[in-house]
Formats: sequence, structure tokens, C-alpha cells
Amino acid sequence: MAGKPKLHYSKGRGKMESIRWLLAAAGVEFEEQFIETKEDLEKLRNDGVLMFQQVPMVEIDGMKMVQTRAILSYIAAKYNLYGKDLKERAWIDMYVEGTTDLMGMIMYLPFQPADTKEKNLALIIERATNRYFPVYEKALKDHGHDYLVGNALSWADVHLLEAILMAEECKPDILSAFPLLQAFKGRTSNIPTIKKFLQPGSQRKPPTDEKSVAVIRKIFSF
Amino acid sequence: MSGKPRLTYLNGRGRMEPVRWLLAAAGVEFEEVFLETREQYEKLIKDGVLMFQQVPMVEIDGMKMVQTRAILSYIAGKYNLHGKDLKERALIDMYVEGITDLMQMILMFPFSPPEAKEKNLDSIKDRAINRYFPVFEKVLKQHGQDFLVGNKLSWADVQLIEAILAVEEKIPAVLSGFPQLQAFKKRTSNVPTIKKFLQPGSPRKPPPDEHYVETVMKVFKI
Repeated sequence: MAGKPKLHYSKGRGKMESIRWLLAAAGVEFEEQFIETKEDLEKLRNDGVLMFQQVPMVEIDGMKMVQTRAILSYIAAKYNLYGKDLKERAWIDMYVEGTTDLMGMIMYLPFQPADTKEKNLALIIERATNRYFPVYEKALKDHGHDYLVGNALSWADVHLLEAILMAEECKPDILSAFPLLQAFKGRTSNIPTIKKFLQPGSQRKPPTDEKSVAVIRKIFSF
Repeated sequence: MSGKPRLTYLNGRGRMEPVRWLLAAAGVEFEEVFLETREQYEKLIKDGVLMFQQVPMVEIDGMKMVQTRAILSYIAGKYNLHGKDLKERALIDMYVEGITDLMQMILMFPFSPPEAKEKNLDSIKDRAINRYFPVFEKVLKQHGQDFLVGNKLSWADVQLIEAILAVEEKIPAVLSGFPQLQAFKKRTSNVPTIKKFLQPGSPRKPPPDEHYVETVMKVFKI
């Protein structure tokens, strides 16, 4: 049963969004089954298909994969987005962990108590501007290539574009001090598979709004 | 330039301990630089050797690697502890990510306020017994082999034994319902490189105490 990968998650970005991005960038069509209620999640758990009773879960190549990083690593390697050797993989991993940390902060923002939102948003902007973006700007400057690692599109590039767009949703001019990242954003957005994913009607999910926060809290009981 | 990997972190377990475990299990000797003051940490940042201004940092094969997962993945790949193919790697990654989530609870425990400690300990116990250990008990039972993946020692086994020992330090009888894991613990502790690491005088670090917590707060200004 080769079939398309099937993604199990709620109907929002969360931890699944990076997986949607990577599959899309690799030109892989996928199906989605949305968890809409607590009962939907309980059913998956009772069916024994969630290794640690958690989602994301992706059915792919006969496996029911869980744990976002494991899933992303598998997809990256399968579709040649993971560098050509161990050292390139090491660089891709380091870069991806950085963008994961940044996107993690942004992902949790809608779930923070109202009185801490402003402070957390300021921290996100500070970290993006002073800790994360300078690293990628420098990487691009140092080698002058179009892509972060090995002069070829990799998981690191897809993840960085995702992070840039999320950060811009927090502060539209957040790239103002990063000319190479601006050029990177323009170029990478025009890669045909990615361009397609950025168009309306794709499986890309919108930012998490207040209504979604309530639904997610209910499903995952927090 | 000894050629040995050089680890930069505090003189305690924290996020570096899995790296110490994996290098030791692979039979790789390493050096350590211990951060004891804020000034040392600020100097590292100023010298530009910490990609995201964070530790762990491991100097290995000409790279200054950061981000624990990237470091562990590289070591696993280099020393043949990451499975023989993509699917074995996927299983190892899933198992490691699950164990990492459990270890994260233990990592954060010393930093929780006194009034939350009992509740957090209960959470660790609940997760270990109900979410994580059952998975590995079942894996070992189903294939009847000595190691989690591919009938061969891998990163997943090293991570699991580290986690078992760490949880047992807090909850001594935690393995009482898990005969396979008890046998796994005994067997894996006797793998020569691991046995050596478990002996006094090895680079293995003791459980975090008050002094360690104070040092962390001081160096990272928490």
C-alpha cells in the first residue's frame, strides 16, 4: 500500500506545519486526517496507532511515524534534502535546530496568558534579530550560494523560509537588516514546488487564531 | 590539536550528558572544558564560537557543533550507531525523541520551585510507567533481540539505558513492571564501553545538586 503519506493532526499549523512544508517542497502529495475533537484523539490512542499517544503522526512507507523531528529527518533523507554526506547533514541539523527553536517560540505565543504576550513577542523579535537571523545571513554571505548548505536545496532552506514567513507575521519588517535573507526569501519562494505551496488553496495552514486556540486546548486538554 | 572531541559545558549532566554517554558507548575518548563563571560564557559568545550563543558545544572533526540533537546525530552516524538504512534510522529517531521528552522532564526537575516538585515527580513517574517504558518493553518482547533496532547496539539503546538509570535515581522501583527492560538494563550495562562509563572515575557526571543549579542560574543569568 504505497499510497500518499497521510498526516494526522488538528487543522492548524502547530508541529505538523514544518512537515507539510517539507513534503510540499519535495513535490510530494499528501492526505490529511484532521483531529477535530477530543474523541478523535482518544480514538487514535485507543486504536494503538500513536507510539507515545501523541500527534503529529504520519503514515508513510508502511510506518506510522511519530515525533516531528524523526518524521522530518526521514522525509529529508528520502527526498534528497539532507545533504550529500555526514558533514553536510551536521550543518543542516544545526541550522534546523535553530529555526526549530525560533518557530517553537512563535508557535506557543497564541497559548500564552494575555499578560505575558507582549513580553514574549518582544523576546521572539529580539531572538530572531540578534540570535537566529544573523547566523543564516552570515552563512549565505560567507559562501555566496543560493542555498544554506552544499549549494543545493535542503531541509535547512525550507525550514528557514518557513521561519522567516512566521517571523514576518510577528513583525512585517523583521528582515530589514538582513539583505541576503530578503534575497533568499524571494528566490526560495519562487522554487516551483514552494511557490505552489504558498498559493491560496494549498494545504498550508493559516496562523493560529483565538478560535483555534480554544479548539486545540479542548482536544489536547491543556 | 589532540584530535579528540572537546566538549564545552558546565561540570554537570544537563544537556551534555547524552553526548558523553554516546561518545563513551562508541569508545571515543574526549576532553572537556567546564564553564564555571558568567565571564567564561560571555567570552565564548564574544569569541563567536557558539553558533546560537548556547552550549552544549562540541569541537569535532573541524566543526564547532552546537544543538544537542545535531551533535548526537553526527556522532551516531559517524560511529555506526544510527542503523543500517533509512528505515532503521527512522525507528531509532522515533525512540530517541520519545526518550528525550522523558529526559527533558528530568532535566528541568531541579529547576522547578519547591512547591511544584512533588507534582513534577509524579508526572515523571506517570509518563515513564504509562507512556514511555511500555513502548520499549513491547519492542523488546516482540522481536526478542538484545537491542532495540536491527539486532545491534544503536543510539536508541544508549539513550534508553541513560534514561532508565536517571529515572531510577528518582523512582528506584520504576522498572518493577518491566521484565524486558530489567534484562535490557543488565545486558546493556555490561557492554564493555558502557560498563567502563558506569565505573567511578569516568566522565559520567553525578545527579544535579544545589551547587549545580546555582552555577546554571549564575552562568546563564536565569
